[in-house]
Amino acid sequence: MTTKLEISQLYKVYGTRPDEAMTLIDQGVHPSDILARTGQVAAVMDASFSVKEGEIFTIMGLSGSGKSTLVRCLNRLIEPTRGSVSIDGEDILAKSRADLRGIRRTKISMVFQNFALLPHRTVMDNVQFGLSLRGENVEASRAKTLEVLEQVGLSDWANHYPDNLSGGMKQRVGLARALASDPDILLMDEPFSALDPLIRDELQQELLKLQRDIKKTIVFITHDFLEAVKLSDHLAVMRDGRFVQIGTPQQIVLSPVDDYVRNFAKEMDRSRILTAGMLARAIATVTVPAGATVKQAQQQLRNAERRHGAMIDNAGIMLSMVSADALATAPKADLASDHLPVPNFATRPADCLLADLYPLFAGNQPVVINAQDGTHLALLEAADVLQILSGVNGAEKSISSPPVDTEKKALTT
Amino acid sequence: MNRLPDDYIVPLDRWIQSSIHWLVDEWRPLFQALRWPIAKVLDGVSDGFELVPFWLVILGFFALGWLIVNIRTGLLAAASFTAIAFLGLWDEAMISLSILATAVVFCVLIGVPLGILSGRSDRFWSILRPILDIMQTTPSFVYLVPVVMLFGIGTVPGVIATIVFSMPPIIRLTNLGLRQVPADAIEAGEAFGATEWQALTRIRLPLALPSIMAGLNQTLLMAMVMSVIIAMIGAEGLGLTVLRGIGSLDVGLAGIGGLAIVLMAITLDRITQGLGQPSRPSDGASPSLWRRFRQSRQP
Repeated sequence: MTTKLEISQLYKVYGTRPDEAMTLIDQGVHPSDILARTGQVAAVMDASFSVKEGEIFTIMGLSGSGKSTLVRCLNRLIEPTRGSVSIDGEDILAKSRADLRGIRRTKISMVFQNFALLPHRTVMDNVQFGLSLRGENVEASRAKTLEVLEQVGLSDWANHYPDNLSGGMKQRVGLARALASDPDILLMDEPFSALDPLIRDELQQELLKLQRDIKKTIVFITHDFLEAVKLSDHLAVMRDGRFVQIGTPQQIVLSPVDDYVRNFAKEMDRSRILTAGMLARAIATVTVPAGATVKQAQQQLRNAERRHGAMIDNAGIMLSMVSADALATAPKADLASDHLPVPNFATRPADCLLADLYPLFAGNQPVVINAQDGTHLALLEAADVLQILSGVNGAEKSISSPPVDTEKKALTT
Repeated sequence: MNRLPDDYIVPLDRWIQSSIHWLVDEWRPLFQALRWPIAKVLDGVSDGFELVPFWLVILGFFALGWLIVNIRTGLLAAASFTAIAFLGLWDEAMISLSILATAVVFCVLIGVPLGILSGRSDRFWSILRPILDIMQTTPSFVYLVPVVMLFGIGTVPGVIATIVFSMPPIIRLTNLGLRQVPADAIEAGEAFGATEWQALTRIRLPLALPSIMAGLNQTLLMAMVMSVIIAMIGAEGLGLTVLRGIGSLDVGLAGIGGLAIVLMAITLDRITQGLGQPSRPSDGASPSLWRRFRQSRQP
């Protein structure tokens, strides 16, 4: 995946004398002191990040943290004071007004918190708005418009006016309008914040579903940490105009850099972020070769302090489960494969969420976790899951370290 | 005598007089040129009303009322104009209507662009606003003197006085409408790459339209008020009927003249108020013909 959007050292100061404020920022003065001393508002400071093609990058921050300013700097609805913004390696800040208009018409479009639909136009005409600004043929753009309306599930509402629509539907129109011009980049400024929780949840799911087909590069702004974690591939937490932490949702939830981020992370249900595969790497798993004797198997289990192990073949595929209980009464010299427990365990892939494992532990049996290629990863006991969720033993450290790529999107399913 | 000695009194009256004289002497060609387009439009409109039989005009207003507002307004319009016909004031009414139409056309042509400029530029508005204040607070009689000196007497100078008197509302309300366009709608236009012109024609003006139409309505009513006053500088129409009635102490003549003006004012007010309503189906009660037509065309 190539880098689509690259922002480096972006600053935005509101006021008539930004230079003064910039000098103070460079000296490390806090924004509230800058406001008191110069009357200038330092809204965004030293923001650097890059977004890969087809990725959802979320900027999460409370109101007044500068996130809405930052996202408007990306398409220059607000002119940044300093720094650079580039799309596909092209510097956006160097563009003329006319070039910038061209970019806004074709490459980058936006979804707004309060929908910003035009009340005097029908849903159809609203969605067609971007295309009509480009001067496209009405009949040709009509087909495209109907297609995106279909995508957001509003085909039946094409001839209604926005006033007749519910909030959730209005934002679908907003999304359809942004998609109609077929941009590479979607800027979404708190698109779901004005909606009630159930509708918000529904639209989040739909955005993710849609994103699987359309693969846009999305910069998503939100003040809702759970929403950020749910949607993003990468996530930046913003406070007082600066980025506090950037990382994958897992990294941010599991190893927050400071108390500010930790406070948000605390709310998060870890079992909905952590996957079985991540936990599997953190625990000492026991794999017994197919030809091992009872004595060897018992030895291995005792050393690892575990009750169950997996018998695997040379290719790493699990053949069966061995358990300390079943081996206890067996003659030491027998093959372990002759003394297997009743095979009533469940098997799950590595990207299974921990929350989805809970019901499987009802029979007090471990759950087998296999990697994507079918090879055996680990046997998880209920105790392993409880331990990781309670955060003892520093076990999370070993989990949150890379690689996390394989499970990245797991939490969204 | 308990007042300022005469030597100290500022001779503003003479200054004004001499500057108007100067204007008349030096700039007369310009003011005569200004008459030309107004006279042309006025002649065109009044010739049109003369050609058309009276019943067709009545029918036309019925259709207009129905088309723009609803069938009740259409009936009201038809009834008013029928009444005017029966009062025997048809010719005068048509002249008044021509004066009114001409004045409103020029008010819109000049006022809407000025209103747009005011809505876009705070500096322009800060210059224009005191001028509008003066225009609106100056008693309408006071207009008549310079108008007569610059343009002479008759119907065309009457139209000019009407234009000057009734233009402020449409400027003010166009300005207000543009300033009340939601910022997010404008931002959305910008985000999707609208040019200044596109933003004006596709977002600002349509969203300001109800306010502009309210301005048109106000302008029309001010012009109506002016139609009696301009009779004093020789403008024809219903105003002249009223004036003649008052002058000869003929209360009856003044009365029917006034009645015709009121009927016309009510009708035009109702119809232009309908223009300000948003053109989308919201209440569903007795929609206008135009709205029904649009709805029926939707697949």
